[in-house]
Amino acid sequence: MLDLIWLLPTFPLLGFLILALAEGKLAKGPAGWIGAGSIGLSFAVAALVAVSFLQSGLESHTVPIWTWMSVAGFDPGINLYLDGLSLVMILVITGVGFLIHVYSTGYMADDPDFSRFFCYMNLFVFAMLLLVLGDNLLLLYLGWEGVGLCSYLLIGFWYDDPYNGYAARKAFVVTRVGDTAMAIGLFLLFAQLGTLNIQDMLHAAEAEWAVGSALPAITALLLLGGAVGKSAQLPLQTWLPDAMAGPTPISALIHAATMVTAGVYLIARTHTLFELAPNVQLLVAWVGLITLLMAGFTAMTQNDIKRILAYSTVSQIGYMFLGLGVGAWSGAIFHLMTHAFFKALLFLGAGAVILSLHHEQDIFRMGAKRKQLPVGFLCFLIGGLALTAFPYTSGYFSKDEILIAALEVEGQGLWLWLGGVIGAFFTGIYTFRLFFVVFFGESRGHHDAKEVKGLNIALPLFILMALSLFGGWIPVPLDAVFSHGAEHEEHHISAFMHGVMIALPLFGIAISYLFYGSGILSAEKLMSLPGSRALHRFWNSGWGMDRLYDFLFVNPFLYLARVNAKDIIDAFYDMLAALSRAGHLLIVRTQTGYLRWYVLSMAAGLVALIAVGVLL
Amino acid sequence: MILTLLIALLFIGGLLAWFSERINPALPRWIALAVLAIELLLMLSLLSATPENGWLAAYNHAWLPRFGISLQFAVDGFSLLLLLLTAFLGIVAVGSAWSEITERAGFFYFNLLWTLAGVVGIFTALDLFLFFFFWEVMLIPMYFIIAIWGHENKFYAAKKFFIFTQVSGLIMLVSIVVLAWFHYLQFGFFSFAYQDLLNVGMNRSMEMWVMLGFFIGFATKLPSVPFHNWLPDAHSQAPSAGSIILAGVLLKTGAYGLVRFAVPLFPNAAAEFAPFAMTLAAISILYCAKVAFAQSDIKRLIAYTSVSHMGFVTLGVYAWNELALQGAVMTMLAHGLSSAALFMLAGALQHRIHTRNMHEMGGFWGRVPRMSAVALFFSIAALGMPGLGNFIGEFLALLGAFQANQVLTIISAFGLIFASVYSLWVIQKIFHGKYSDNAFDGSRLLDLDNREMAFYAAMMAGLVWMGVYPQSFLDLSAPTLQALLESQAGAAAVGALQP
Amino acid sequence: MMGAIPVEHGLILAGILFSLGLIGVLTRRNIVFVLMSLEVMLNACGLAFIVAGSRWEQADGQIMFVLILTLAAAEVAVGLGLIIQMYRRFQTVDINVLSELKG
Repeated sequence: MLDLIWLLPTFPLLGFLILALAEGKLAKGPAGWIGAGSIGLSFAVAALVAVSFLQSGLESHTVPIWTWMSVAGFDPGINLYLDGLSLVMILVITGVGFLIHVYSTGYMADDPDFSRFFCYMNLFVFAMLLLVLGDNLLLLYLGWEGVGLCSYLLIGFWYDDPYNGYAARKAFVVTRVGDTAMAIGLFLLFAQLGTLNIQDMLHAAEAEWAVGSALPAITALLLLGGAVGKSAQLPLQTWLPDAMAGPTPISALIHAATMVTAGVYLIARTHTLFELAPNVQLLVAWVGLITLLMAGFTAMTQNDIKRILAYSTVSQIGYMFLGLGVGAWSGAIFHLMTHAFFKALLFLGAGAVILSLHHEQDIFRMGAKRKQLPVGFLCFLIGGLALTAFPYTSGYFSKDEILIAALEVEGQGLWLWLGGVIGAFFTGIYTFRLFFVVFFGESRGHHDAKEVKGLNIALPLFILMALSLFGGWIPVPLDAVFSHGAEHEEHHISAFMHGVMIALPLFGIAISYLFYGSGILSAEKLMSLPGSRALHRFWNSGWGMDRLYDFLFVNPFLYLARVNAKDIIDAFYDMLAALSRAGHLLIVRTQTGYLRWYVLSMAAGLVALIAVGVLL
Repeated sequence: MILTLLIALLFIGGLLAWFSERINPALPRWIALAVLAIELLLMLSLLSATPENGWLAAYNHAWLPRFGISLQFAVDGFSLLLLLLTAFLGIVAVGSAWSEITERAGFFYFNLLWTLAGVVGIFTALDLFLFFFFWEVMLIPMYFIIAIWGHENKFYAAKKFFIFTQVSGLIMLVSIVVLAWFHYLQFGFFSFAYQDLLNVGMNRSMEMWVMLGFFIGFATKLPSVPFHNWLPDAHSQAPSAGSIILAGVLLKTGAYGLVRFAVPLFPNAAAEFAPFAMTLAAISILYCAKVAFAQSDIKRLIAYTSVSHMGFVTLGVYAWNELALQGAVMTMLAHGLSSAALFMLAGALQHRIHTRNMHEMGGFWGRVPRMSAVALFFSIAALGMPGLGNFIGEFLALLGAFQANQVLTIISAFGLIFASVYSLWVIQKIFHGKYSDNAFDGSRLLDLDNREMAFYAAMMAGLVWMGVYPQSFLDLSAPTLQALLESQAGAAAVGALQP
Repeated sequence: MMGAIPVEHGLILAGILFSLGLIGVLTRRNIVFVLMSLEVMLNACGLAFIVAGSRWEQADGQIMFVLILTLAAAEVAVGLGLIIQMYRRFQTVDINVLSELKG
């Protein structure tokens, strides 16, 4: 049964090939069935594999498919590796992926490029599955780049608008910066340890490298570079908000549930390496913390429904990084899973809202939509509660696990915990700001909004609602994977601390209610305070990071490219050519065409020669 | 025997193609196609040959015995790979010229086949005099292809191409003669044979000078900064069949020369020179990627990206370990296919809308989805997407180079970022965005037909094959590369000298 | 031996003749006169050969003179032919006008 995991990526690959080779000539019906069906089949296989894996009690299982290449001791295989971690990942990818595919058959129904959409989507799932199933870092890298490519293609899916193309390129290039760091990390790992097979590499690292020495720190840093690129963490987080230019299901699948969490997966997968480099691990925690706070601030100032969710994604992945950094490996992965549920729900709900409002995305042109859009309202209520870690929703359990683990870090634990809790407070504010503005108050436009009908849109939403509410009770089989890392004794923290953790997000919701739900407090008044407008602008622009990078990297590059479009080196050869031409012109001038000039010069030359001969 | 047949067939086929035009103007292209198909079959038959002394096939006949010059040809796995690439791209070039070249078609196919004859000669000749002979043979027909069938600025481009290659070839000739002279001084008789010249010993500075002569010859062809300036002009002005042969095959002769001659003949000098060569490679990769981004002429842009990609080859060759060399070979093959395909696409676009200026294009995806998808495929292949051949080549080259020189490898790796910048820019400018045919006659913008599609499909299949199962290529070149590496085990290994 | 004329006198005469011819070639604009001046120069050379031959009592000088004579005759024939052609085409024999070979 377990050997069937090769079928997992095969179905999406087949779907991709069929849709690609049909060149868009397939009718929407069959295209949708193929596109969503392939993922459905994958999910069925994943479920079967999960059952038999859990029953077998194995720690891991490798399915070799073929040897990719074998050069001078470098022999990465196309081998699939299944353990608790990849099991969780494949279930999330195929499960949530399947729901989003089904939803897309409704959401994209009117799009002329329907089958191209599913073509890319299937390719994405294929690459994502390879990413989490690859038993070596090169295969992981293949999936890693593959999902990046699909992300690019899908962000720029509506290619008519140059802005979408810009967003797509930005996403690809910024993540590529991280990928390059990761590639260098692979070179270093291979040079030092002689293998890229993840398990062998980790064992070798444990055996050969001392805790806290330089090499594990450098490699962990380089891998972290890849992770922050893909997972939109500081300092490479700028691409994700722009990536919202793509169709909304893409935002749900790629930029919330699966691809952006690949960085979390990578670090969890190579956690041994990070344990060997405690400083880098701590850095991971701080990266996560700072990112989650910064993104939290920005999310509070956005007006675009999808951008709010995008910043919230950045912020939630920040929690996952915080979890990784404090050694709560399974907590981070757990949060990855629950986040996939509720963020997919929120995005798909946002998609339903956007579709109902004729592609309106500005929340301040919505308002009072809870009657007209009851399903959307329910999505945002449940998704929002899970996102703010309302007790006993899925987000509560996972966030709790991370924050408690943060508190236990020696030295800086309290700070990390405090930051995380404050972030949760912000989460409450921005989530319910969105919620109250869209669904309460007075209608500020689109009074005729009608809920989109269709089972293929509603059903995934309801399933995701259930998962968001109760997903926290799903047991994740991660103990074997992280056994030597995480301690298993019950965490004991004081009731006061626990109370704070529960209360702060609720407090955030309350503040949101005061400002946007009831109108007791007014955001306009707050904005009229001195300096608040500038601060708003600063946060709204994502802490000016885009402008900073434009100034530091993009503009100098463009400038250099512009001034040197003609290739300065060519000037050297042009100069050579000009010189020889000048010499040529000089000699040509002696050729006057007057016979007497030739005779005279001949005679003069002769005389000179004789004179030289005589004198010497 | 089969090797002489390979070359003779091309020469004779060229003449036939030329004269057959008088009978029927459509005949030359069929003759060219048939000749190249036979070539390909003959080369494929070599795959099953059992190697003898490391050579799959060899031929030796005295030519000018007084100077130790002989007609010595031999093929091993490495050169066979390049031969297959040559024949395959030759067919692709014929396909691309099929309906594009109507004027003086006979002479065109004559030149095409003779150029390829020169290339086949280069990949098989083991006598350095013979090698130089073919080096020149390849050059002159190519000059005519650019100068006669080129675009608006063709004479300038053709002359530039000719002067660059000729001057660098001359420098190489001097080096060859000096090398043979040293052989005479040391052993008392002249020889231009590769195996004999491998044994020549020279003092340190002399070895460096002679090596530099070879290096300049090959680096100009490769090309590497700062000898690359002929390439953008030649590429942008040549007809697309010419560009395909130039980018796909001719550049590879430079890389082949580095692997076969420039390093093995001068192990010590090459070791000493390696850091400089790798620096040039890193500069090529980054600098030309940056210049490529600034181009508006699509063929110029692809030309600069070629220089950038060939930088990985130089990097791999001078890292001189098996990983890096295999990476260089894979890059040669994969870049051969991907750049040929991109030039063919650019040519197809120019044939349709009579412009190469990207700023006049945009939004073609809606009009020509097939062409767009094909272009997307080759662009992402060029930017090094795993699963396709270019990635295997560049990754192995960098992986191997990292063991030789970490700093330069890291710098070169940034080329991966730049590659994505310009590749995606091309897609954006041409295929994405809003469609507008103000600048050209939009009615002529037709999608790829089945004949064109067949060629692209073959190249795509090749790249996927290289990407997912590169072992079939690696196995073929491995014995050659291992032998080359072993032969230098006594001499200072190149990598060992580096920091 | 007739009353010996010193070699120097003969050579000086040849030199004077050569210079006169050269000056003619340089200053004349009419190509016919240029040709005539050229003849003078050739004859000056011939004279120098004769003088040298008689000084060393060798026949070589006279042989060279015969060679020069035939050469001069051939040159005049070809030259005049060319001049006639030139006159027909350009309607002039002024060499300053005929400077087609300017670089």
